[in-house]
Amino acid sequence: MARDTLTGSRIRERRLILGMRQAELAREARISPSYLNLIEHNRRRIGGKLLVGIAGVLGVEPSMLSEGAEAALISTLREAAADSGVPIAELDRVDEFAGRFPGWAEVLAAGHRRIATLERTVETLSDRLTHDPNLAASVHEVLSTAAAIRSTASILAETGELEPEWRDRFHKNLNEDSLRLSESSRALVSFLDEEGAGADRRGMPQEEAEAFFLSNGFHFPALENGSATPEDLVLDEPDLTGEAVRSLAMAALEQYRSDARAMPLRALEQEIAAGGIDPVALARRFNCALPAVLRRLAALPEEVLGQETGLVICDASGTLLFRKPVTGFAMPRFGASCPLWPLYTALVQPNMPVRRNVVQHGRNAAAFDCMATAWMQNQPDFGEDPLYRAVMLILPGAKDAQDPQPVGASCRICPRQGCPARREPSILKEEF
Amino acid sequence: MGRHVVLIEDEPNITEAIRFLLMRDGWSVDAHTDGATAVEVIRDAGPDLVILDLMLPGKSGLEIVRELRTVEGMQSLPVLMLTARGQMRDREMAEKAGVTRFMTKPFSNAEVLTAVRDLHAQAGQG
Repeated sequence: MARDTLTGSRIRERRLILGMRQAELAREARISPSYLNLIEHNRRRIGGKLLVGIAGVLGVEPSMLSEGAEAALISTLREAAADSGVPIAELDRVDEFAGRFPGWAEVLAAGHRRIATLERTVETLSDRLTHDPNLAASVHEVLSTAAAIRSTASILAETGELEPEWRDRFHKNLNEDSLRLSESSRALVSFLDEEGAGADRRGMPQEEAEAFFLSNGFHFPALENGSATPEDLVLDEPDLTGEAVRSLAMAALEQYRSDARAMPLRALEQEIAAGGIDPVALARRFNCALPAVLRRLAALPEEVLGQETGLVICDASGTLLFRKPVTGFAMPRFGASCPLWPLYTALVQPNMPVRRNVVQHGRNAAAFDCMATAWMQNQPDFGEDPLYRAVMLILPGAKDAQDPQPVGASCRICPRQGCPARREPSILKEEF
Repeated sequence: MGRHVVLIEDEPNITEAIRFLLMRDGWSVDAHTDGATAVEVIRDAGPDLVILDLMLPGKSGLEIVRELRTVEGMQSLPVLMLTARGQMRDREMAEKAGVTRFMTKPFSNAEVLTAVRDLHAQAGQG
C-alpha cells in the first residue's frame, strides 16, 4: 500500500494516541462518524480542507497525516529487513507498518542503526588486533627473540662438550637477545598501554568515563568551589558520548561532590599538613565514613599529599567499578582482578578497615600501602539483603614493607606459580 | 642419501642455533635471509629439506612455498615453516600453500630436530 493512501491509518493512530473517540473527532471535524470510519480504514481518500480540519483537531501538521513517516525511516526499515536475512512476506507493507505504528517503527529503525554502528566498531577493533602492522611486528619481534634465546640457552645447557669458539659466540648471542627481548617487550607493553589510553579510543562506557576522569587528573576544582554541578561538567564534555557513559560519569561526580562537601579542600589540606595521611583520624575529624575519606584522598591533587595515589572501587560481585591508576600497580582493563588484593579482603569483612603492604609480582617489585574498607551501599528494609561496595586506596612506597604480601593484576597475566588464589592459567608460561 | 638443508630465516641468532643443531646431527646447512631470492636459492641448491620463516623481507614464506610448488621436482620437497603466528587460520593457509609442517615460535631444539628427522624419513630419504 502506498504511503499517501495511509492517511486514514495515521489519523486513527493519532486519534488513539490522544484517547479521542471516533465520534468525538467526527463531530469536531463536522463529518459523520461513518464517513470518518471509512477514512480511517483507508477506504476514502482525504485531502484539502477536510484534512486541514482533522489535522487541526488532532494537533498535528496536515503533512504528518498525508506524508506519514519520513522516507528515511522507511528506507531504514527496508535495510533492516534486508540485513536480517529472513524473507519477509510483508515487505511491501513497510509503509503501512511505519504509518500505523510510527513508535515501534522508530524503535526497530533505531535498533538497526545501533547494530550497524556496533558492527562497525567490532570490525574496526577486530581489524586492529588482527592486522595492525605495529602490533604484529612487535609480537613477531618478541617471539622471534624468545625463540633465539630458547634455542641458544638449550644448546649451552644441554651440549656436553662445546668448543670454546661456539660457546663464546652463543654467550654473546644470548646477551644480545636478552637485551633485545627486554626492549621489544617493553615496546610491546608501551604500545598496548598507549592503545588503551588513546584519546580517540572508544570502548566500554566505564573506560570512557575513566578517560574523562583521567583527562581531568581525577580532580575537579569546579566541584570543589561549587562553581559547577556534575550536570554542567557532563554536559560540557563532548567526549562523554552515549547515555551509559554520561550516567556513569554523573554518578561518580555526584559522589565526588558529596565527599568534597563533607571534607572541604582547604580544611583537609590543613589536617593533612598537620597530621599526615591518616584516614581514620581524618574520618573522625570530619565525622565522615572511612570509604568517603579514602575516595577523597584519591581525588586530591598530587601536591597536597606529596605523592601519587591510586584507587579502586568494586561492587559485591568483585567487579571493578572505578579505577584510578597509579604507577607500578597494574590493574586489569578487562575481566576480574587478583583476589589477593586487600580490596577483596575488605569486601568480606564489611566496615572493617583493612591495611596491607603488597608487592606486585613480575614488575619492578615496588611495594604499596593499601587501605581498604567495604560499606553498605543501601539501607535495606527488614528481610532485605544489603548491597556492599569496597574501596581501596593505593599509596606507593609501603612504610613497613618488610614482608609485603605478593599480589598480581589478574590471573591471565600473572606468572606466580602455585598461587592458591589462581582461578585460570596464565598466558605467561613458565618457560617463556 | 642426502642430508642437505636450506634455511631461510632473517633472525641471525635463530639461524646460528639451528645451523649448529643440524650440523651436529650430520646435516649440511645453507642459510639465507632474503625472501625475494629464496626460490632461486632453493632451486639451485636442490636440498633434501627446507626450513623457512613465515615473515621474511622481500617475500613471505607462504609466497615462497606457493612458487616452489610450481617448480619441477620441488612439489614434494619437505618444507618446515617456522612462525610467530600460530592461529588455526595461519596453519590452514600454510597447509593450503603447500607447507609440510608448521612450527610456532618459540620452539624447542628437540622439536626442530624431531621435525627435521621425521620429514626426512617420510620423504623416503632417511
